Amino acid sequence: VQRYRSLALCALWLFCGQVWAGPEAKPLHDLFYGEALYLAYQNRHFDAITRLDIELGQFYAQDQADLDPLVFHQNEAEFNVGDLEISYRMHQRAGRALKAIIEGKVPQSVRNLAAFRLARILFRKGQAVNALHVMDLIKDPVAEAIRIENTFLKAQIYLATGRFKDSSRLLQTIQHEEKVRGYADYNLAIALAQDGQREQAVKQLTKVGGLRSGKPYMLALRDKANLALGHQYERKGMAGKAKAFLDRVRLDGPFSNTALLKAGWMYMALQQYDRALVPWTLLHKRQTSNANVQEALLAVPYAYGKLKLYGKAAALYGHAMNVFGNEVQRLDDSIDSIRQGKFLKAILREEAKVDKFWMLNLSKLPDAPQTRYLLDLMASHDFQESLKNYHDLAELQRRLKTYLPDLAVYEEMIEIRKHYYTPVLAKIAIQFRNLDTRIKLRVGQRDRLKKRIASMLINRRPAFLATAFEHNALESLAQLARRRNLDARTAHRIARLKGIVHWRLESEYDERLTRAYINFHELEVVIAALKKQYNAFVRTRQMATQSYEGYTIPIRQLRTRIQQSQRIVDQLMARQGKLLQIMAIAELERRRKKLEKYQIKARFALAESYDRANKAKALRLQKP
Amino acid sequence: MFCYSLTAVICLALGANGWAANIPKEELKSLDEQVQEIKKDIINQTAQLKRLEEKLLFPSNTQVALFVSVNNKKFALQDIELTMDKKIIAKYLYNFRDQSALQKGGVQRLFTGNINTGAHHLVVHISGRSPEGNPVRHSAKYALTKSVGPKFVEIKIAASEAADVSFQDW
Repeated sequence: VQRYRSLALCALWLFCGQVWAGPEAKPLHDLFYGEALYLAYQNRHFDAITRLDIELGQFYAQDQADLDPLVFHQNEAEFNVGDLEISYRMHQRAGRALKAIIEGKVPQSVRNLAAFRLARILFRKGQAVNALHVMDLIKDPVAEAIRIENTFLKAQIYLATGRFKDSSRLLQTIQHEEKVRGYADYNLAIALAQDGQREQAVKQLTKVGGLRSGKPYMLALRDKANLALGHQYERKGMAGKAKAFLDRVRLDGPFSNTALLKAGWMYMALQQYDRALVPWTLLHKRQTSNANVQEALLAVPYAYGKLKLYGKAAALYGHAMNVFGNEVQRLDDSIDSIRQGKFLKAILREEAKVDKFWMLNLSKLPDAPQTRYLLDLMASHDFQESLKNYHDLAELQRRLKTYLPDLAVYEEMIEIRKHYYTPVLAKIAIQFRNLDTRIKLRVGQRDRLKKRIASMLINRRPAFLATAFEHNALESLAQLARRRNLDARTAHRIARLKGIVHWRLESEYDERLTRAYINFHELEVVIAALKKQYNAFVRTRQMATQSYEGYTIPIRQLRTRIQQSQRIVDQLMARQGKLLQIMAIAELERRRKKLEKYQIKARFALAESYDRANKAKALRLQKP
Repeated sequence: MFCYSLTAVICLALGANGWAANIPKEELKSLDEQVQEIKKDIINQTAQLKRLEEKLLFPSNTQVALFVSVNNKKFALQDIELTMDKKIIAKYLYNFRDQSALQKGGVQRLFTGNINTGAHHLVVHISGRSPEGNPVRHSAKYALTKSVGPKFVEIKIAASEAADVSFQDW
C-alpha cells in the first residue's frame, strides 16, 4: 500500500502542483475565448469554465456554427474546459468529456491528446489498470508537445501495475529530458529496485543524490535520494558510506531534521557517542513540534548517559519532560480548539492565505489550533483534497449568497419596466395599428407600380403612362363617340382629337417611361427610409417588451435551483468540515500518544540518570 | 529481500503519511463525487444567471463592451483609463497576475455598458513598463460607431519603448 502511495506522490509532484498552463499562444479569432483565457491564466477556474461553457453552448446552438469565430478554437476550447475542470477538481465531468472526444469522429492526433489526459485523470484517481487501457488507444505518431509526459505517465502506470521492466525501459528513454529530470531518475530507481536489480537501483539513486540544480523541487528530490541511501547503508552496517550520503542532505531543506536524527543514530551504532551529539545538538535547538526534534530531546541525554555524564543527562531529560509537557498541553488545547470549530473558521480566513505557507500561518492567528502538528497530515492526498474541497465549497457558498439578492434586484427592475412600458405601449399600439395599415396600403401600391413598370419594359403600353387629363379626355371622347345621331363632321373631330392624344402618348412614350422609372426609384428611397423607420420602431417596441416579458418563470426556476444548491453546499460543507476535523484530531492524538510515550521514557531515564549520577558520586567518594 | 527493503527505504524517504485517520476511502470518494456534482450544477446556474444578466442589463441594441489585450509578452501594463464622450467609464490598476494573464494572450473585458446608436468618442490612457523597465505613457483616440447590434471593441496594446495602441472592431 505504501508503495502505491509513494508512486502516487511522485506523480502528484509532477502534475498536481502545476497551475493551469494553457495553450500555446496563437492568433486570437474569438474575443470571448480570449476573455476565458484571461480568467484561466489567473487560475480563476470557476469563472473561466463558466465563460467557456457559455461560449461553447452558444456555438453548438447555432445553425451555422461554421460562421462563428470560435470555430477556429473549437478543439482547443474543448480541451481547455477539460483542463480547467481537472484544475478545479471536476475529474468526473472532464473524464466524461474526454471519453466523448475519444469515441467521437476525430483525427488520431486529437484522440491521442484526449486519451493522454483521460489516462492521467484515471491514474491520479488510483485507477491504474483503466489508465493503462486508455493509454493503449494512443497511436503513433504522438505529438511532440506530449511525447515526454506521455512516456513518463505510461512508465508510472507500468510501475503501479507491477510491470517494472517495462517501466524502467521507458524511463531510461526519457531520463535525460529536462521536463522530467529528477522524477524520471527517481522513479527509475524504484522500478529497478522492484525489478530486483539492486545494484542498478542503488546506482540510479546515487545519481539522483548527485543531481545539480538550483530548483527547490530538484534539491528536495536530491535530499530524499541521499536520505534513502544513507538509511539503506546504515541498515547494512556500512556507517562510513551512510554518513557520506547523509552529509549531502541540506541542513535547511525539508529533510534536514530526519537526516540529522539518522546521522546521530548512525554514530550511536558505531559507539561514537560524542560524535552523535553533533547532529543531535543541532536538532535539539529546532522547532519542538517536529517529531524528529522531539526524538532528539530524548536522544541527546541518552548520548550523554552513554558518555557517563549522568548529571548533564538528567538535566536534559528534565528539560525534555518540560518540553513534552508543554507540547501535550498545546496539543490538548489544539484538539479542543478543533472540536469547537475554530480550525474550520481559521482555514477560511483570508489572512491565512497570504502565501503558500498559509497552513503554518494559521498557528499565528488568534484562536487557531497548532497547525504545525498538521504538516505531516498536509502531505496526505486525502487531507489535501478534503481541504481543497472545503475551500471550494466555501467559495461556492459565498457566490450563491450573492445570486439570490441579484435575482431580487432583477425582478424589481423587471417590475419597474413593466409598470412603465405597459400603458405607454398600449397607447402606441393603437397609433401603430393605424399607421401600419396605411403603410401596408402604400407599400402595396408601390409593389403594383413596380410590376407595371417592369411589364412595360417588355410590352409597350402607352395608355399606362397617360396623365389624368389624357385619361379623362380619352374617356370623354369615347362617350361622345357612343352618342347616336352624330354628324360626320363631329365624328371626324372626335377621331382627330383621339388621334392627337394617342399620337402624344406614342411619341412621348420613351420619355414618359424614363421619367416614370426615375420617379419610381425616388419612391424606392422614400419607401426604404419608411421601412427603416418601421423596423426601428418594431425593434424598439420588441426590445421594450422583451425587457420585462418572459423572465418570470426562468427567474423562479433559477431561484429554486440556487436555493436547492445552497442547501446541498451547506450539507456538503458540514460533512467535509467534519471529516477534516476528524482527520486533524486523529493526527494530533497520534502525536500526543507519541509524546506521552516519550514522557514515560524521559521520566524513567531521568530517574535512572539520577541513580547513576549518585552511584558515580558515591564511587568517587569511596576512592581514597 | 534486499530489493524489497531498498524499495521500502525509498518509499520511506518519500516520507508522506498518506493516511487519513480512520475514514473509509469510500466515504471520501462519495463526498468528493458529490462536491464535483454540485460544482457542475452551480457552474450551470452561474452561466444561466450571466446570460440573464446580460440580456437584462445590456440589451443587444445598446450594448457596448471594451476589451484590452497586450501583444508584447514583456510589456507590463500598470494602469488604464477609458473615457467615452468626455466621461471616465473605466479605470483599472493591474497586479502581477493580471499582467501575466495579459502577457500570455488573455483578453480582459474592461467595460460593458449601454450607449446610443451613433458616433462616440473613445479615449484611452495607459501607463506601464517597457521590456527594458522604462516607464511608458500613452493616449489614443478612437471614433466608435454604434449601430443596432452589440458593439465589441478590442484595445490592442503593443508596446516596447513607445506604446502603440490600436483598436479593432469585432
